[in-house]
Amino acid sequence: MKRTVANLERGERAIIKNVESDLVPLKLLEMGCLPGNEVQLLQVAPFNDPMYLDINGCHLAIRKETAAFIEIEEIA
Amino acid sequence: MSKQLNVALIGNPNTGKTSVFNALTGLNQKVGNYPGITVEKKEGVCKLPRGVKAHILDLPGTYSLNASSLDENVVIELLLNKNDKDYPDVAVVVSDVENLKRNLLLFTQIKDLNIPTILVINMADRMSRKGISLDIPLLEKEFKTKIALISTRKNTGINELKELIISYKRIDTTPCLNTSEIDTDYFNGLRKAFPNQSLYKLWLVITQDVNFKNIDRKAIADATQFQTKSKSYLKRLQQKETIKRYQFINNALKKGQKIDLSSATDLRIKLDRILTHKVWGYFIFFAILLLIFQAIFDWSSVPQDWIEGTFASLSELTKNSLPAGAFTSLIAEGIIPGLSGIFIFIPQIAFLFLFISVLEESGYMSRVVFLLDRGMRRFGLSGKSVVPLISGTACAIPAIMATRNIESWKERLITILVTPFTTCSARLPVYAIIIALVIPDDRYLGLNAQALTLMMLYLIGFAAAIISAYILDRTLKIKSRSYFVIEMPSYKLPMFKNVAINVIEKTKSFVFGAGKIILAISIILWVLASVGINDSFKNADEIVTSAISQNGFNEIQEISFQNKITRFKNHLKEEAEIDQKELTTQEINAAVLQKTPEFKQAVIDDAVAASKLENSALGTVGKVIEPVIKPLGYDWKIGIALVSSFAAREVFIGTLATIYSVGSEGDDEEGNTITAKMQSEVHARSGKKVFTFATGISLLLFYAFAMQCMSTLAIVKKETNSWKWPILQLVTMSGIAYLASLIAYQFIK
Ligand SMILES: Nc1nc2c(ncn2[C@@H]2O[C@H](COP(=O)(O)OP(=O)(O)O)[C@@H](O)[C@H]2O)c(=O)[nH]1
Ligand SMILES: [Mg+2]
Repeated sequence: MKRTVANLERGERAIIKNVESDLVPLKLLEMGCLPGNEVQLLQVAPFNDPMYLDINGCHLAIRKETAAFIEIEEIA
Repeated sequence: MSKQLNVALIGNPNTGKTSVFNALTGLNQKVGNYPGITVEKKEGVCKLPRGVKAHILDLPGTYSLNASSLDENVVIELLLNKNDKDYPDVAVVVSDVENLKRNLLLFTQIKDLNIPTILVINMADRMSRKGISLDIPLLEKEFKTKIALISTRKNTGINELKELIISYKRIDTTPCLNTSEIDTDYFNGLRKAFPNQSLYKLWLVITQDVNFKNIDRKAIADATQFQTKSKSYLKRLQQKETIKRYQFINNALKKGQKIDLSSATDLRIKLDRILTHKVWGYFIFFAILLLIFQAIFDWSSVPQDWIEGTFASLSELTKNSLPAGAFTSLIAEGIIPGLSGIFIFIPQIAFLFLFISVLEESGYMSRVVFLLDRGMRRFGLSGKSVVPLISGTACAIPAIMATRNIESWKERLITILVTPFTTCSARLPVYAIIIALVIPDDRYLGLNAQALTLMMLYLIGFAAAIISAYILDRTLKIKSRSYFVIEMPSYKLPMFKNVAINVIEKTKSFVFGAGKIILAISIILWVLASVGINDSFKNADEIVTSAISQNGFNEIQEISFQNKITRFKNHLKEEAEIDQKELTTQEINAAVLQKTPEFKQAVIDDAVAASKLENSALGTVGKVIEPVIKPLGYDWKIGIALVSSFAAREVFIGTLATIYSVGSEGDDEEGNTITAKMQSEVHARSGKKVFTFATGISLLLFYAFAMQCMSTLAIVKKETNSWKWPILQLVTMSGIAYLASLIAYQFIK
């Protein structure tokens, strides 16, 4: 099964593998949400939504539905 | 005089643009709006060495030149338009040393527009704490620019920045990225079609959905025709462009930036563990809200009492030093109380903006957005609606402007539509005075009934906002994707200067804005109340006098007459007590008898004035609307106040003050304050009190719901770019207000 940022556990790190560029706002890409960069889930609000992430050193929060468009893989 | 130097400050949100702006200009600044849209525009003047003056523009925060909000549109419209009077001679990109990599993305884009671009690396004071070291000369070479490493907090590097600005002509303008690398075929085609244009500019024109009406018309029109590729293809190219830019940046930073993580301490992680906690996070947020309300309603009362006292003595002074007459009473009893009604809210507004700007500056507001997003989404709002809803308790206008960073149009629209329900400070004067009139100053369960009522009104406003958001969410058929990206900045101690400037600016614009309206309306009302066309107005004197001399006083006049006598007697007795004398009944009666003609005349004068007012142009208007508002328990005077307060709610008190002062000639010693006048106001026919409990509640509800603020309507028109939404707001909110007041009055009376 494809793993996405929406499946991350709190505190877990991963590498971004693919971003559905049509469905994810460009702004998120520009903040560093690009393939190859590292992502870590820092905090979640109740019901895991929204999610507070550290992407490549940039701290931001996004909704779970958007997080589901960001595919990840384990850190090699 | 040489040409003025135009400097634009550009940068991501929270990098310290406004701090740099404040450091360069001091209080030498003005805040306005961009024509047509209400993105805040801050301009200022900075004196540079060697007598050069620079015009500094603080542009809204932008993540990139690929605009995704109104704020960002402003930036790219300016940078693409060489003919704009604000077009920068030099762009100063402000970046935050902790987020250098991301901040540099925007820098490379600006530089590629061939504008001389200075890079400011701000927050240098945090470098050692974060273990960051920079090789500035090397970075200058990599990015082909001049760099100023500054700290606005410690006030270092500002002079070097000024030097760089003066010598902007020496800055290299070669681009960072060769645009055609993104997609060779596509861009070679573009170059062939427009050999004389900068490729990156063309690319922006093609991809950006901004208003190009002022920009190089012809070339642009042709370029947008060139689009030929699908939207999703273009978006993939944008992604590619972003990746290329990051490659370039990473490459440069690898050489010029060192981060020693072992010496970095992260306050953010520790604080976030508590402040965004599933339980404690909410707990702390509500505690902060309570603190804010405490400050607004409790701490403010000290300066407020002082302001009220000052205005009361000012009014007294005017009355005593100007010749008696209608004009003096306009000033002393219409305009001064009206203005007092505004000034008295300075402490509350200042407190509110103080808290809001501290919460924003510290970085805490983003955490609130994070915590509340999901809950708000249920009601069709966004976590980002929290800021407008909280600011709305000060004033709906900045609140509606604060919706601009909500990405989803539907969530933003709903926020705009419901924000005016929150209890803004303009409702406070009305609430305060009516509560004082009709709610007893008793305690229930240890709580003050008046304070409790006020709190209920706040809750009603908030509930109205949430419920109508829910209904709008279900009924509005607008498709928009629910984007939501919010940066969580690191925590910072707010800078005193920034907070102070913000509070001063906001308070000033509230006072002047409202003050102007009140002044204008008081004068208009006064004129309308002093002119009349029909004979009953012109001959009011004779009609009333002859009616009284024929039939004697009517019931109400008799009551007023008796009241005057009673008051006079009491006055005599008090004086006697002070002088420790005994007064016989005979002495008292003699004194009263002596005063009687004077009292009679006063009653007659009052009756004439009242009759004149009733038959004046204003009275005629009032009589026309009376049938509509009678079921709510209002007389025509309240009706006039209601209508005039559609311009702005706080006009209500001033209007009643003006009407009541025109409507009575005598000035009783005890009847001077507006509250006392409202207290003693009776219906002309029945002689019953006007401001009963039922009428009071009905009025409170009316003000809680009605859309009575022209400036808000104007801002909604601007922000939604259509008349449809403000009109919808006006009609439904006033409708709800009318119904609520009607039901309340009919039940209670
Ligand atoms: N430590 C530190 N904080 C700063 C400095 N300059 C600004 N800040 C803080 O950074 C935050 C954002 O500043 P502001 O000027 O509002 O940024 P803007 O959003 O770009 O206009 C505020 O909390 C400031 O107090 C600085 O030189 N050092
Ligand atoms: Mg700013």
